[in-house]
Amino acid sequence: MASDLRPNDLREDLTVVPLRHPGRWFSGTVILLVIAGLGWAMAEAQIQWEDVPGFFTHPVMLEGLLNTIVLAVAAQGGAILLGVVVALMRLSANPVARWFAVGYIWLFRGLPVLLQILIWFNLALVFKSISIPMLFEVPTNVVMTAFVAALLGLGLNESAYMAEIVRAGLSSVDAGQTEAAKSIGMTPLTTLRRVVLPQAMRVIIPPTGNNFINMIKGTSMASVIAFLELIHAANNISSRNLEIMETLFAAAAWYLVMVSLASIGQHYLERAYGPR
Amino acid sequence: MALVEAIGVRKSFGHTEVLRGIDMEVERGEVVCLLGPSGAGKSTFLRCVNHLETIDAGRIWVDGVPVGFRSHGGKLYELREREAAHQRRDVGMVFQRFNLFPHRTALENVMEGPVQVLGRGRAEVRAEALALLERVGLAEKAGAYPAQLSGGQQQRVAIARALAMKPKLMLFDEPTSALDPELVGEVLDVMTSLARDGMTMIVVTHEIGFARSVADRVVFLVDGAVVETGTPADVLDNPQQPRTQQFLAKVL
Repeated sequence: MASDLRPNDLREDLTVVPLRHPGRWFSGTVILLVIAGLGWAMAEAQIQWEDVPGFFTHPVMLEGLLNTIVLAVAAQGGAILLGVVVALMRLSANPVARWFAVGYIWLFRGLPVLLQILIWFNLALVFKSISIPMLFEVPTNVVMTAFVAALLGLGLNESAYMAEIVRAGLSSVDAGQTEAAKSIGMTPLTTLRRVVLPQAMRVIIPPTGNNFINMIKGTSMASVIAFLELIHAANNISSRNLEIMETLFAAAAWYLVMVSLASIGQHYLERAYGPR
Repeated sequence: MALVEAIGVRKSFGHTEVLRGIDMEVERGEVVCLLGPSGAGKSTFLRCVNHLETIDAGRIWVDGVPVGFRSHGGKLYELREREAAHQRRDVGMVFQRFNLFPHRTALENVMEGPVQVLGRGRAEVRAEALALLERVGLAEKAGAYPAQLSGGQQQRVAIARALAMKPKLMLFDEPTSALDPELVGEVLDVMTSLARDGMTMIVVTHEIGFARSVADRVVFLVDGAVVETGTPADVLDNPQQPRTQQFLAKVL
């Protein structure tokens, strides 16, 4: 671009005109208008907003909340333990263990969680009792409560994902670390516990946090087998007063609270295991 | 009996024979430098002494114990990994790339072996570990993480970590090869003082100057076999074998 200034015109008292951003003002205004429109629509909607806080703290809703938390934590915790075991099998020198791990991951990752929950819940239709010969025998329909079926469906599916996450974490640790541990006489188990796992955690924690957030929301699938989690609790309440949207919004608020807390927890975990 | 005795050690990776029958003896208090072109099998042999690699044929004894085996009733039984770990307590190793535990401080790295492997009390181990860091000139870096240390400092912490197990034998696998030139000296100084204190050492190195001044004996390897062995004066200044002469002509 040609300039109407000559070098000796470059003086300090020239006015500087900052670059304008009319596009940003336009797009920002559009976004704010859309939000305002949505807010107006919500305010105009035929919904009893004043009832939502009551449903938020309704005893049935709180029971559903507690059950949701217990189910999510139990399923994720079990999945982490199983995932570590399956990951170790996947990395094992034993070919049978390796192939078992591959098949395990293929099966439990391959089927929809909802389907797995339904299969566990209906197990009594094909197996009248669960037993290990000479050790114990129990009727299937006594053991396979809605909670247990949901726990198995969610937990086993998640354990297949955890196995892959843990395997990636273990593989990310430099082989020199294991050799150094061996060279000071560490046993394989101590090496895993003191050297490899703490370093693998950096790779393992972020996707595990994401999966846990998914798990919290995934517990809602247990509502199809009448487990009293948040959605089922919301339905229970609204079946009496027909305030369907009000109770669903109350449940939605609880999901957002739980997911926010989980995100904060993940942040601190990542910092604890972060790079030095 | 020598502290280390190796007879007919063979090792292949796939179809490549890396060690073709190595015989070696290292007496107590002796410092032996392994020299030779890359790919000669120097590091592989060192790793076999510590059972980081299993050998295909031959035998290595460290302090009268067959490495990787337990002898019983006239037979040798291969060790489980747990038992092999127990054997490695007596042999320290220093790696080319340091391999410090990055999630622990210098002090914690040094304490890790005595506390976790030997199950000793933290208080007395801590005092010893601080003394070892002092010995390698890093007392003031006890609380630093490896990433905060230079390569030379990391390698000196790694030496202290190995010494914390009070080993009978120290193996050095190209300990200065990954260092910037100006940091090589500080590591060699620590190794020299260790040698003066009577530590038995096997050192794979390209530092001819170190071999000349510190080694009691130099072993020259080519293609997985010992070509020449003798005092530094014999092998370095008056090599008899053509391969040794060629190699020294290139590096000196």
